Amino acid sequence: MTTNATATGIDAHDRVEVTVTVNGVPRSSQVQPRRLLSDFLRHDLRLTGTHVGCEHGVCGACTVLLDGAPVRSCLTFAVSVDGHELTTIEGLAAADGGLHPVQQAFRDHHGLQCGFCTPGFVVSACGFLAEHPDPDDEQIREGMAGNLCRCTGYTGILGAVRQAADELRATGDDPRQRTRDGATASGEEVSS
Amino acid sequence: MKPPAFAYHAPRTTDEALATLGELGDDAKVLAGGQSLVPLLNMRLAAPAALVDLAHLDGLDAIEVSDDRVRVEARVTHERLRRHPAATDAVPLLREALDWVAHPVIRNRGTALGSIVHADPAAELPAVLSLLGGQVELATSGGTRTAAADDYLLGPLESDTRPGELATALVLPRPGVRTGAAFDELSRRHGDYALAGVAVTVTLDADLAVATARAAFIGVGATPVRVDLTDSLSGQAHDALAPADAVGLARDVIEPTDDIHATADYRRHLAGVLLERALTTAAGRAAAGGTA
Ligand SMILES: Cc1cc2nc3c(=O)[nH]c(=O)nc-3n(C[C@H](O)[C@H](O)[C@H](O)COP(=O)(O)OP(=O)(O)OC[C@H]3O[C@@H](n4cnc5c(N)ncnc54)[C@H](O)[C@@H]3O)c2cc1C
Ligand code: FES
Ligand code: FES
Repeated sequence: MTTNATATGIDAHDRVEVTVTVNGVPRSSQVQPRRLLSDFLRHDLRLTGTHVGCEHGVCGACTVLLDGAPVRSCLTFAVSVDGHELTTIEGLAAADGGLHPVQQAFRDHHGLQCGFCTPGFVVSACGFLAEHPDPDDEQIREGMAGNLCRCTGYTGILGAVRQAADELRATGDDPRQRTRDGATASGEEVSS
Repeated sequence: MKPPAFAYHAPRTTDEALATLGELGDDAKVLAGGQSLVPLLNMRLAAPAALVDLAHLDGLDAIEVSDDRVRVEARVTHERLRRHPAATDAVPLLREALDWVAHPVIRNRGTALGSIVHADPAAELPAVLSLLGGQVELATSGGTRTAAADDYLLGPLESDTRPGELATALVLPRPGVRTGAAFDELSRRHGDYALAGVAVTVTLDADLAVATARAAFIGVGATPVRVDLTDSLSGQAHDALAPADAVGLARDVIEPTDDIHATADYRRHLAGVLLERALTTAAGRAAAGGTA
Protein backbone atom coordinates (compact mmCIF):
# COMPACT_ATOMS: atom_id res chain seq x y z
CA MET A 1 0.00 0.00 0.00
CA THR A 2 1.32 3.44 -0.84
CA THR A 3 0.64 6.40 1.33
CA ASN A 4 1.94 9.93 1.44
CA ALA A 5 1.69 10.11 5.18
CA THR A 6 4.97 9.33 6.91
CA ALA A 7 6.44 8.50 10.28
CA THR A 8 8.29 11.80 10.32
CA GLY A 9 4.93 13.46 10.43
CA ILE A 10 2.77 16.17 8.99
CA ASP A 11 2.33 19.41 10.89
CA ALA A 12 -1.13 20.10 12.18
CA HIS A 13 -1.87 22.85 9.65
CA ASP A 14 -0.02 21.38 6.67
CA ARG A 15 -1.83 19.55 3.95
CA VAL A 16 -1.07 16.13 2.60
CA GLU A 17 -2.36 14.43 -0.50
CA VAL A 18 -4.85 11.66 0.18
CA THR A 19 -5.80 9.31 -2.65
CA VAL A 20 -8.64 6.83 -2.39
CA THR A 21 -10.64 4.84 -4.89
CA VAL A 22 -14.26 5.92 -4.47
CA ASN A 23 -16.92 3.88 -6.25
CA GLY A 24 -14.23 2.54 -8.59
CA VAL A 25 -12.73 5.94 -9.45
CA PRO A 26 -9.37 7.14 -8.06
CA ARG A 27 -9.84 10.49 -6.33
CA SER A 28 -7.42 12.69 -4.45
CA SER A 29 -7.27 15.95 -2.58
CA GLN A 30 -4.91 17.86 -0.30
CA VAL A 31 -6.15 17.85 3.27
CA GLN A 32 -5.10 18.57 6.83
CA PRO A 33 -4.62 15.56 9.11
CA ARG A 34 -7.75 16.54 11.08
CA ARG A 35 -10.00 16.08 8.02
CA LEU A 36 -12.70 13.52 8.81
CA LEU A 37 -13.44 11.04 6.06
CA SER A 38 -17.07 12.24 6.07
CA ASP A 39 -15.94 15.81 5.34
CA PHE A 40 -13.34 14.61 2.84
CA LEU A 41 -16.09 12.91 0.87
CA ARG A 42 -18.59 15.75 1.18
CA HIS A 43 -16.44 18.88 0.95
CA ASP A 44 -13.28 17.85 -0.87
CA LEU A 45 -14.72 15.29 -3.28
CA ARG A 46 -18.20 16.86 -3.45
CA LEU A 47 -19.89 13.53 -2.81
CA THR A 48 -22.66 14.82 -0.58
CA GLY A 49 -24.73 11.65 -0.49
CA THR A 50 -22.95 10.57 2.70
CA HIS A 51 -24.75 12.39 5.50
CA VAL A 52 -23.51 13.62 8.85
CA GLY A 53 -25.86 13.48 11.82
CA CYS A 54 -24.14 13.25 15.16
CA GLU A 55 -20.44 13.23 14.30
CA HIS A 56 -19.68 10.91 17.19
CA GLY A 57 -20.50 7.47 15.94
CA VAL A 58 -24.03 7.06 17.27
CA CYS A 59 -26.44 7.70 14.38
CA GLY A 60 -24.89 5.80 11.45
CA ALA A 61 -25.87 8.41 8.81
CA CYS A 62 -22.24 8.65 7.68
CA THR A 63 -21.70 4.92 7.08
CA VAL A 64 -19.59 4.02 4.02
CA LEU A 65 -17.91 0.79 2.90
CA LEU A 66 -14.15 0.70 3.48
CA ASP A 67 -12.58 -2.17 1.53
CA GLY A 68 -16.07 -3.70 1.47
CA ALA A 69 -16.89 -3.43 5.18
CA PRO A 70 -19.20 -0.76 6.66
CA VAL A 71 -17.50 1.87 8.86
CA ARG A 72 -18.37 5.26 10.33
CA SER A 73 -16.80 7.94 8.13
CA CYS A 74 -17.20 10.50 10.95
CA LEU A 75 -14.91 8.41 13.18
CA THR A 76 -12.22 7.92 10.54
CA PHE A 77 -9.61 10.39 9.31
CA ALA A 78 -9.06 10.73 5.58
CA VAL A 79 -5.28 10.31 6.10
CA SER A 80 -5.87 6.92 7.74
CA VAL A 81 -7.51 5.46 4.64
CA ASP A 82 -5.07 6.80 2.05
CA GLY A 83 -4.66 4.07 -0.59
CA HIS A 84 -7.91 2.25 0.26
CA GLU A 85 -11.20 1.61 -1.54
CA LEU A 86 -14.49 3.20 -0.57
CA THR A 87 -18.07 2.71 -1.65
CA THR A 88 -20.58 5.45 -0.90
CA ILE A 89 -24.29 5.73 -1.57
CA GLU A 90 -23.41 7.26 -4.97
CA GLY A 91 -21.78 3.97 -5.95
CA LEU A 92 -24.84 1.72 -5.84
CA ALA A 93 -27.38 2.76 -8.49
CA ALA A 94 -26.64 1.89 -12.13
CA ALA A 95 -25.16 4.54 -14.40
CA ASP A 96 -28.53 4.70 -16.19
CA GLY A 97 -30.25 5.48 -12.87
CA GLY A 98 -31.63 1.98 -12.24
CA LEU A 99 -31.91 1.52 -8.49
CA HIS A 100 -29.83 -0.96 -6.52
CA PRO A 101 -31.99 -3.77 -5.04
CA VAL A 102 -31.55 -2.30 -1.55
CA GLN A 103 -32.63 1.15 -2.76
CA GLN A 104 -35.59 -0.32 -4.62
CA ALA A 105 -36.62 -2.23 -1.51
CA PHE A 106 -36.50 0.93 0.64
CA ARG A 107 -38.75 2.58 -1.91
CA ASP A 108 -41.17 -0.34 -2.04
CA HIS A 109 -41.48 -0.59 1.74
CA HIS A 110 -41.57 3.14 2.56
CA GLY A 111 -38.27 2.60 4.35
CA LEU A 112 -37.70 6.36 4.23
CA GLN A 113 -39.57 9.56 4.88
CA CYS A 114 -37.31 12.62 5.14
CA GLY A 115 -34.42 10.58 3.76
CA PHE A 116 -31.72 11.97 6.02
CA CYS A 117 -30.78 8.62 7.52
CA THR A 118 -31.27 6.69 4.27
CA PRO A 119 -27.75 6.73 2.77
CA GLY A 120 -26.41 5.32 6.03
CA PHE A 121 -29.10 2.65 6.24
CA VAL A 122 -28.70 1.59 2.61
CA VAL A 123 -24.91 1.35 2.81
CA SER A 124 -25.09 -0.46 6.18
CA ALA A 125 -27.64 -2.88 4.70
CA CYS A 126 -25.33 -3.61 1.75
CA GLY A 127 -22.49 -4.43 4.12
CA PHE A 128 -24.78 -6.47 6.35
CA LEU A 129 -26.28 -8.50 3.47
CA ALA A 130 -22.83 -9.30 2.11
CA GLU A 131 -22.15 -11.02 5.46
CA HIS A 132 -25.66 -12.41 6.07
CA PRO A 133 -27.24 -13.31 2.71
CA ASP A 134 -30.14 -15.12 4.39
CA PRO A 135 -30.81 -13.26 7.64
CA ASP A 136 -33.69 -13.92 10.02
CA ASP A 137 -35.67 -11.01 11.49
CA GLU A 138 -33.61 -10.96 14.67
CA GLN A 139 -30.37 -10.69 12.70
CA ILE A 140 -31.77 -7.89 10.57
CA ARG A 141 -32.81 -6.00 13.68
CA GLU A 142 -29.40 -6.40 15.25
CA GLY A 143 -27.60 -5.65 11.99
CA MET A 144 -29.48 -2.37 11.55
CA ALA A 145 -29.44 -1.38 15.25
CA GLY A 146 -26.42 0.86 14.74
CA ASN A 147 -28.42 3.30 12.60
CA LEU A 148 -30.97 5.77 13.87
CA CYS A 149 -34.08 6.96 12.02
CA ARG A 150 -36.29 9.69 13.46
CA CYS A 151 -39.13 9.27 10.98
CA THR A 152 -40.10 5.79 9.90
CA GLY A 153 -40.42 3.76 13.07
CA TYR A 154 -38.13 1.17 11.46
CA THR A 155 -40.80 -1.31 10.35
CA GLY A 156 -40.48 -0.32 6.69
CA ILE A 157 -36.71 -0.47 6.93
CA LEU A 158 -36.75 -4.01 8.31
CA GLY A 159 -39.16 -5.05 5.57
CA ALA A 160 -36.92 -3.47 2.97
CA VAL A 161 -33.85 -5.33 4.15
CA ARG A 162 -35.81 -8.59 4.09
CA GLN A 163 -36.95 -7.97 0.51
CA ALA A 164 -33.45 -6.95 -0.61
CA ALA A 165 -32.03 -10.13 0.93
CA ASP A 166 -34.45 -12.28 -1.06
CA GLU A 167 -33.81 -10.35 -4.25
CA LEU A 168 -30.04 -10.51 -3.93
CA ARG A 169 -30.08 -14.21 -3.10
CA ALA A 170 -32.13 -14.83 -6.23
CA THR A 171 -29.70 -12.99 -8.49
CA GLY A 172 -26.55 -13.95 -6.61
CA ASP A 173 -25.24 -10.38 -6.96
CA ASP A 174 -22.80 -8.99 -4.40
CA PRO A 175 -24.82 -6.35 -2.50
CA ARG A 176 -21.78 -4.06 -2.50
CA GLN A 177 -21.53 -3.88 -6.29
CA ARG A 178 -22.99 -1.12 -8.43
CA THR A 179 -26.15 -2.25 -10.21
CA ARG A 180 -25.68 -2.88 -13.95
CA ASP A 181 -27.36 -0.74 -16.58
CA GLY A 182 -30.70 -2.20 -17.63
CA ALA A 183 -30.85 -4.49 -14.60
CA THR A 184 -33.86 -2.92 -12.91
CA ALA A 185 -34.61 -4.46 -9.55
CA SER A 186 -37.98 -6.16 -9.79
CA GLY A 187 -39.54 -4.53 -6.72
CA GLU A 188 -42.59 -5.79 -4.94
CA GLU A 189 -46.14 -4.53 -4.51
CA VAL A 190 -46.74 -3.83 -0.85
CA SER A 191 -50.34 -3.63 0.19
CA SER A 192 -51.53 -0.83 2.48
CA MET B 1 -18.13 19.22 15.91
CA LYS B 2 -14.80 18.97 14.14
CA PRO B 3 -11.65 17.61 15.76
CA PRO B 4 -8.95 20.09 16.83
CA ALA B 5 -5.82 20.28 14.67
CA PHE B 6 -3.11 17.71 15.40
CA ALA B 7 0.20 16.73 13.86
CA TYR B 8 0.00 13.34 12.22
CA HIS B 9 2.46 10.47 12.20
CA ALA B 10 1.98 7.25 10.27
CA PRO B 11 4.77 4.84 11.20
CA ARG B 12 5.26 1.79 8.95
CA THR B 13 6.88 -0.43 11.56
CA THR B 14 6.56 -1.00 15.29
CA ASP B 15 10.10 0.33 15.78
CA GLU B 16 9.21 3.53 13.95
CA ALA B 17 6.08 3.87 16.07
CA LEU B 18 8.06 3.44 19.30
CA ALA B 19 10.73 5.91 18.20
CA THR B 20 8.07 8.49 17.32
CA LEU B 21 6.15 7.94 20.57
CA GLY B 22 9.43 8.19 22.51
CA GLU B 23 10.27 11.52 20.88
CA LEU B 24 6.83 13.03 21.35
CA GLY B 25 6.22 11.73 24.88
CA ASP B 26 3.25 13.37 26.54
CA ASP B 27 2.23 15.30 23.42
CA ALA B 28 1.17 12.24 21.46
CA LYS B 29 -1.74 9.83 21.54
CA VAL B 30 -1.92 6.54 19.72
CA LEU B 31 -4.72 6.33 17.14
CA ALA B 32 -5.86 2.72 16.78
CA GLY B 33 -9.40 2.18 15.46
CA GLY B 34 -10.46 5.67 16.52
CA GLN B 35 -13.86 4.46 17.72
CA SER B 36 -13.38 6.00 21.16
CA LEU B 37 -10.68 8.58 20.50
CA VAL B 38 -12.31 10.30 17.51
CA PRO B 39 -15.61 10.94 19.35
CA LEU B 40 -13.55 12.53 22.15
CA LEU B 41 -11.72 14.70 19.60
CA ASN B 42 -14.93 15.65 17.77
CA MET B 43 -16.53 16.66 21.06
CA ARG B 44 -13.33 18.54 21.97
CA LEU B 45 -12.90 16.50 25.13
CA ALA B 46 -9.35 15.68 24.05
CA ALA B 47 -6.84 17.77 22.10
CA PRO B 48 -3.53 15.93 21.73
CA ALA B 49 -0.80 17.82 19.86
CA ALA B 50 0.00 14.76 17.77
CA LEU B 51 -1.50 11.42 16.79
CA VAL B 52 0.53 8.34 15.98
CA ASP B 53 -1.71 6.31 13.68
CA LEU B 54 -1.42 2.52 13.57
CA ALA B 55 -3.43 2.39 10.31
CA HIS B 56 -0.45 2.25 7.96
CA LEU B 57 1.72 0.08 10.18
CA ASP B 58 2.87 -3.24 8.80
CA GLY B 59 2.58 -5.74 11.69
CA LEU B 60 0.98 -5.97 15.14
CA ASP B 61 -1.96 -7.82 13.61
CA ALA B 62 -1.42 -11.37 14.86
CA ILE B 63 -3.84 -13.55 16.83
CA GLU B 64 -1.84 -16.35 18.47
CA VAL B 65 -3.48 -19.35 20.10
CA SER B 66 -1.25 -21.69 22.10
CA ASP B 67 -1.85 -24.45 24.67
CA ASP B 68 -2.20 -22.08 27.56
CA ARG B 69 -3.20 -18.69 26.18
CA VAL B 70 -4.57 -16.44 23.46
CA ARG B 71 -2.50 -13.42 22.47
CA VAL B 72 -4.05 -10.60 20.44
CA GLU B 73 -1.94 -7.82 18.94
CA ALA B 74 -2.77 -4.12 18.82
CA ARG B 75 -4.20 -3.82 15.31
CA VAL B 76 -6.68 -6.70 15.60
CA THR B 77 -10.24 -5.39 15.40
CA HIS B 78 -13.11 -6.61 17.59
CA GLU B 79 -14.76 -8.13 14.55
CA ARG B 80 -11.68 -9.99 13.33
CA LEU B 81 -11.20 -11.51 16.77
CA ARG B 82 -14.90 -12.38 17.03
CA ARG B 83 -14.62 -14.36 13.80
CA HIS B 84 -11.42 -16.18 14.74
CA PRO B 85 -12.65 -19.69 15.63
CA ALA B 86 -9.39 -20.89 17.19
CA ALA B 87 -9.28 -17.90 19.56
CA THR B 88 -12.94 -18.03 20.53
CA ASP B 89 -12.84 -21.83 20.96
CA ALA B 90 -9.83 -21.44 23.25
CA VAL B 91 -11.48 -18.69 25.34
CA PRO B 92 -15.21 -18.99 24.65
CA LEU B 93 -16.01 -16.08 26.97
CA LEU B 94 -14.32 -13.88 24.38
CA ARG B 95 -16.87 -14.72 21.74
CA GLU B 96 -19.82 -14.01 23.99
CA ALA B 97 -18.28 -10.75 25.23
CA LEU B 98 -17.45 -9.56 21.71
CA ASP B 99 -21.04 -10.16 20.62
CA TRP B 100 -21.96 -7.42 23.10
CA VAL B 101 -19.29 -4.93 22.02
CA ALA B 102 -20.87 -2.03 20.12
CA HIS B 103 -22.48 -2.46 16.72
CA PRO B 104 -20.92 -4.49 13.91
CA VAL B 105 -19.99 -1.28 12.06
CA ILE B 106 -18.03 -0.04 15.11
CA ARG B 107 -16.47 -3.47 15.61
CA ASN B 108 -15.13 -3.34 12.07
CA ARG B 109 -12.67 -0.59 13.06
CA GLY B 110 -12.38 -0.60 16.84
CA THR B 111 -9.56 -2.74 18.22
CA ALA B 112 -9.84 -5.23 21.08
CA LEU B 113 -6.71 -3.89 22.75
CA GLY B 114 -7.82 -0.27 22.21
CA SER B 115 -10.93 -0.92 24.28
CA ILE B 116 -8.75 -2.18 27.15
CA VAL B 117 -6.39 0.81 26.92
CA HIS B 118 -9.41 3.11 26.80
CA ALA B 119 -10.76 1.46 30.00
CA ASP B 120 -14.40 2.47 29.80
CA PRO B 121 -16.05 1.05 32.95
CA ALA B 122 -18.96 -0.19 30.82
CA ALA B 123 -16.76 -1.90 28.21
CA GLU B 124 -16.82 -5.69 27.95
CA LEU B 125 -13.22 -6.63 27.22
CA PRO B 126 -11.62 -5.01 30.28
CA ALA B 127 -13.98 -7.17 32.38
CA VAL B 128 -12.91 -10.29 30.49
CA LEU B 129 -9.26 -9.39 31.02
CA SER B 130 -9.86 -8.76 34.71
CA LEU B 131 -11.98 -11.87 35.31
CA LEU B 132 -9.60 -14.26 33.55
CA GLY B 133 -6.48 -12.67 35.05
CA GLY B 134 -5.11 -11.54 31.70
CA GLN B 135 -2.25 -9.22 30.90
CA VAL B 136 -1.34 -6.32 28.66
CA GLU B 137 2.03 -6.18 26.91
CA LEU B 138 3.50 -2.69 26.52
CA ALA B 139 6.59 -1.41 24.73
CA THR B 140 8.72 1.72 24.55
CA SER B 141 11.79 2.34 22.43
CA GLY B 142 13.74 1.26 25.54
CA GLY B 143 12.10 -2.10 26.27
CA THR B 144 8.95 -3.99 27.09
CA ARG B 145 6.89 -4.74 30.18
CA THR B 146 3.83 -6.80 31.03
CA ALA B 147 1.04 -5.47 33.24
CA ALA B 148 -1.54 -7.63 35.04
CA ALA B 149 -5.14 -6.58 34.49
CA ASP B 150 -5.61 -5.37 38.08
CA ASP B 151 -2.53 -3.16 37.95
CA TYR B 152 -3.37 -1.86 34.52
CA LEU B 153 -7.04 -0.86 34.82
CA LEU B 154 -6.87 2.10 37.19
CA GLY B 155 -10.15 3.99 36.85
CA PRO B 156 -12.78 5.27 34.44
CA LEU B 157 -11.01 5.93 31.12
CA GLU B 158 -7.71 5.48 32.93
CA SER B 159 -5.26 2.69 32.25
CA ASP B 160 -1.61 2.56 33.23
CA THR B 161 -0.34 3.45 29.76
CA ARG B 162 2.62 5.75 30.17
CA PRO B 163 3.82 8.54 27.89
CA GLY B 164 5.84 7.08 25.03
CA GLU B 165 4.30 3.64 25.50
CA LEU B 166 2.53 1.52 22.95
CA ALA B 167 0.30 -1.32 24.12
CA THR B 168 1.29 -4.15 21.80
CA ALA B 169 -0.87 -7.11 22.83
CA LEU B 170 -3.43 -8.48 25.25
CA VAL B 171 -3.00 -11.95 26.67
CA LEU B 172 -5.76 -14.17 28.03
CA PRO B 173 -5.08 -17.48 29.79
CA ARG B 174 -7.18 -20.43 28.59
CA PRO B 175 -9.64 -21.76 31.17
CA GLY B 176 -8.96 -25.05 32.94
CA VAL B 177 -11.08 -28.22 33.00
CA ARG B 178 -14.73 -28.27 34.13
CA THR B 179 -14.82 -24.50 33.84
CA GLY B 180 -17.71 -22.70 32.22
CA ALA B 181 -18.14 -19.00 31.56
CA ALA B 182 -20.93 -16.65 30.52
CA PHE B 183 -21.45 -12.97 29.73
CA ASP B 184 -24.78 -11.21 30.09
CA GLU B 185 -25.75 -7.56 29.96
CA LEU B 186 -28.59 -5.19 29.32
CA SER B 187 -28.46 -2.06 27.19
CA ARG B 188 -31.19 0.13 25.77
CA ARG B 189 -30.35 -0.96 22.25
CA HIS B 190 -28.14 -3.91 21.34
CA GLY B 191 -24.70 -2.48 20.65
CA ASP B 192 -24.91 0.46 23.03
CA TYR B 193 -22.83 0.52 26.17
CA ALA B 194 -24.39 -1.64 28.87
CA LEU B 195 -26.49 -0.25 31.73
CA ALA B 196 -24.95 -3.12 33.65
CA GLY B 197 -23.38 -6.40 32.68
CA VAL B 198 -21.51 -9.33 34.14
CA ALA B 199 -18.96 -11.93 33.13
CA VAL B 200 -18.70 -15.07 35.27
CA THR B 201 -16.63 -18.23 35.44
CA VAL B 202 -17.64 -21.31 37.36
CA THR B 203 -15.32 -24.26 37.96
CA LEU B 204 -16.82 -27.56 39.13
CA ASP B 205 -15.21 -30.37 41.13
CA ALA B 206 -15.19 -34.03 40.09
CA ASP B 207 -18.75 -34.46 41.48
CA LEU B 208 -19.96 -31.52 39.39
CA ALA B 209 -20.46 -29.29 42.41
CA VAL B 210 -19.14 -25.75 42.42
CA ALA B 211 -15.46 -25.53 43.36
CA THR B 212 -14.89 -21.84 42.53
CA ALA B 213 -16.96 -19.03 41.08
CA ARG B 214 -16.08 -15.48 40.16
CA ALA B 215 -17.75 -12.53 38.51
CA ALA B 216 -16.69 -9.21 36.99
CA PHE B 217 -19.33 -6.51 36.61
CA ILE B 218 -19.37 -3.65 34.12
CA GLY B 219 -21.16 -0.31 34.30
CA VAL B 220 -21.42 -0.41 38.11
CA GLY B 221 -18.05 0.93 39.26
CA ALA B 222 -14.97 2.84 38.18
CA THR B 223 -13.34 -0.24 36.71
CA PRO B 224 -14.64 -3.78 36.16
CA VAL B 225 -15.72 -4.87 39.65
CA ARG B 226 -14.51 -8.38 40.41
CA VAL B 227 -16.26 -10.41 43.08
CA ASP B 228 -15.15 -13.80 44.35
CA LEU B 229 -18.32 -15.85 44.89
CA THR B 230 -16.66 -19.09 45.88
CA ASP B 231 -17.68 -18.91 49.56
CA SER B 232 -21.32 -18.32 48.63
CA LEU B 233 -21.55 -21.11 46.09
CA SER B 234 -18.97 -23.82 46.77
CA GLY B 235 -20.37 -27.31 47.14
CA GLN B 236 -23.64 -26.49 45.40
CA ALA B 237 -24.73 -28.88 42.66
CA HIS B 238 -24.25 -27.40 39.21
CA ASP B 239 -27.91 -27.90 38.31
CA ALA B 240 -29.40 -26.69 41.61
CA LEU B 241 -27.62 -23.44 42.34
CA ALA B 242 -29.05 -21.32 45.15
CA PRO B 243 -27.47 -18.01 44.19
CA ALA B 244 -29.24 -15.71 46.68
CA ASP B 245 -26.13 -15.26 48.87
CA ALA B 246 -23.91 -14.64 45.87
CA VAL B 247 -26.35 -12.09 44.50
CA GLY B 248 -26.57 -10.35 47.87
CA LEU B 249 -22.80 -10.23 48.18
CA ALA B 250 -22.39 -8.80 44.69
CA ARG B 251 -25.06 -6.17 45.24
CA ASP B 252 -23.15 -5.01 48.33
CA VAL B 253 -19.81 -4.77 46.58
CA ILE B 254 -20.74 -2.94 43.38
CA GLU B 255 -20.99 0.85 43.34
CA PRO B 256 -23.47 1.88 40.66
CA THR B 257 -24.36 5.54 40.12
CA ASP B 258 -27.32 7.41 38.66
CA ASP B 259 -27.19 8.83 35.18
CA ILE B 260 -29.65 9.73 32.42
CA HIS B 261 -29.91 6.08 31.37
CA ALA B 262 -30.74 4.46 34.71
CA THR B 263 -30.76 4.96 38.46
CA ALA B 264 -28.21 3.38 40.76
CA ASP B 265 -30.95 1.27 42.39
CA TYR B 266 -32.07 -0.08 39.06
CA ARG B 267 -28.51 -0.95 38.10
CA ARG B 268 -27.97 -2.73 41.43
CA HIS B 269 -31.12 -4.76 40.91
CA LEU B 270 -30.22 -5.51 37.31
CA ALA B 271 -26.68 -6.61 38.19
CA GLY B 272 -28.11 -9.25 40.54
CA VAL B 273 -30.58 -10.55 37.99
CA LEU B 274 -27.87 -10.80 35.34
CA LEU B 275 -25.53 -12.52 37.79
CA GLU B 276 -28.09 -15.19 38.62
CA ARG B 277 -28.68 -15.92 34.94
CA ALA B 278 -25.01 -15.94 34.04
CA LEU B 279 -24.12 -18.25 36.93
CA THR B 280 -26.73 -20.78 35.85
CA THR B 281 -25.51 -20.67 32.25
CA ALA B 282 -21.85 -20.95 33.22
CA ALA B 283 -22.46 -23.85 35.63
CA GLY B 284 -24.39 -25.68 32.94
CA ARG B 285 -21.58 -25.17 30.46
CA ALA B 286 -19.00 -26.34 32.94
CA ALA B 287 -20.99 -29.52 33.55
CA ALA B 288 -21.40 -30.08 29.82
CA GLY B 289 -17.69 -30.67 29.90
CA GLY B 290 -16.56 -27.96 27.58
CA THR B 291 -14.74 -24.91 28.60
CA ALA B 292 -17.62 -22.88 27.24
C1 LIG C 1 -21.56 4.17 19.11
C2 LIG C 1 -20.48 3.43 19.84
C3 LIG C 1 -20.83 2.38 20.69
C4 LIG C 1 -19.84 1.68 21.37
N1 LIG C 1 -20.24 0.67 22.19
C5 LIG C 1 -19.30 -0.04 22.85
C6 LIG C 1 -19.67 -1.12 23.71
O1 LIG C 1 -20.85 -1.44 23.88
N2 LIG C 1 -18.68 -1.77 24.35
C7 LIG C 1 -17.35 -1.44 24.18
O2 LIG C 1 -16.49 -2.09 24.76
N3 LIG C 1 -16.97 -0.47 23.36
C8 LIG C 1 -17.91 0.25 22.70
N4 LIG C 1 -17.49 1.28 21.88
C9 LIG C 1 -16.04 1.61 21.78
C10 LIG C 1 -15.26 0.67 20.90
O3 LIG C 1 -15.20 -0.60 21.46
C11 LIG C 1 -13.84 1.16 20.65
O4 LIG C 1 -13.43 0.48 19.53
C12 LIG C 1 -12.81 0.87 21.71
O5 LIG C 1 -13.23 1.36 22.94
C13 LIG C 1 -11.50 1.57 21.41
O6 LIG C 1 -10.76 0.91 20.44
P1 LIG C 1 -10.13 1.71 19.23
O7 LIG C 1 -9.22 0.80 18.53
O8 LIG C 1 -11.20 2.33 18.43
O9 LIG C 1 -9.24 2.80 20.00
P2 LIG C 1 -9.03 4.36 19.75
O10 LIG C 1 -10.32 5.07 19.74
O11 LIG C 1 -8.14 4.56 18.58
O12 LIG C 1 -8.22 4.71 21.07
C14 LIG C 1 -8.85 4.76 22.35
C15 LIG C 1 -7.82 5.19 23.40
O13 LIG C 1 -6.85 4.17 23.62
C16 LIG C 1 -5.54 4.59 23.23
N5 LIG C 1 -4.96 3.45 22.52
C17 LIG C 1 -5.60 2.62 21.64
N6 LIG C 1 -4.79 1.64 21.25
C18 LIG C 1 -3.60 1.85 21.88
C19 LIG C 1 -2.36 1.14 21.90
N7 LIG C 1 -2.18 0.03 21.17
N8 LIG C 1 -1.36 1.62 22.67
C20 LIG C 1 -1.53 2.75 23.41
N9 LIG C 1 -2.68 3.45 23.44
C21 LIG C 1 -3.71 3.01 22.69
C22 LIG C 1 -5.75 5.83 22.39
O14 LIG C 1 -4.63 6.70 22.46
C23 LIG C 1 -7.00 6.41 23.00
O15 LIG C 1 -6.68 7.12 24.15
C24 LIG C 1 -18.46 2.01 21.18
C25 LIG C 1 -18.10 3.04 20.32
C26 LIG C 1 -19.10 3.76 19.66
C27 LIG C 1 -18.69 4.88 18.75
S1 FES D 1 -22.54 11.14 11.75
FE1 FES D 1 -21.29 9.40 11.91
S2 FES D 1 -22.42 8.15 13.20
FE2 FES D 1 -23.58 9.98 13.23
S1 FES E 1 -36.31 8.93 7.15
FE1 FES E 1 -36.09 10.70 8.34
S2 FES E 1 -34.56 10.08 9.76
FE2 FES E 1 -34.99 8.27 8.73
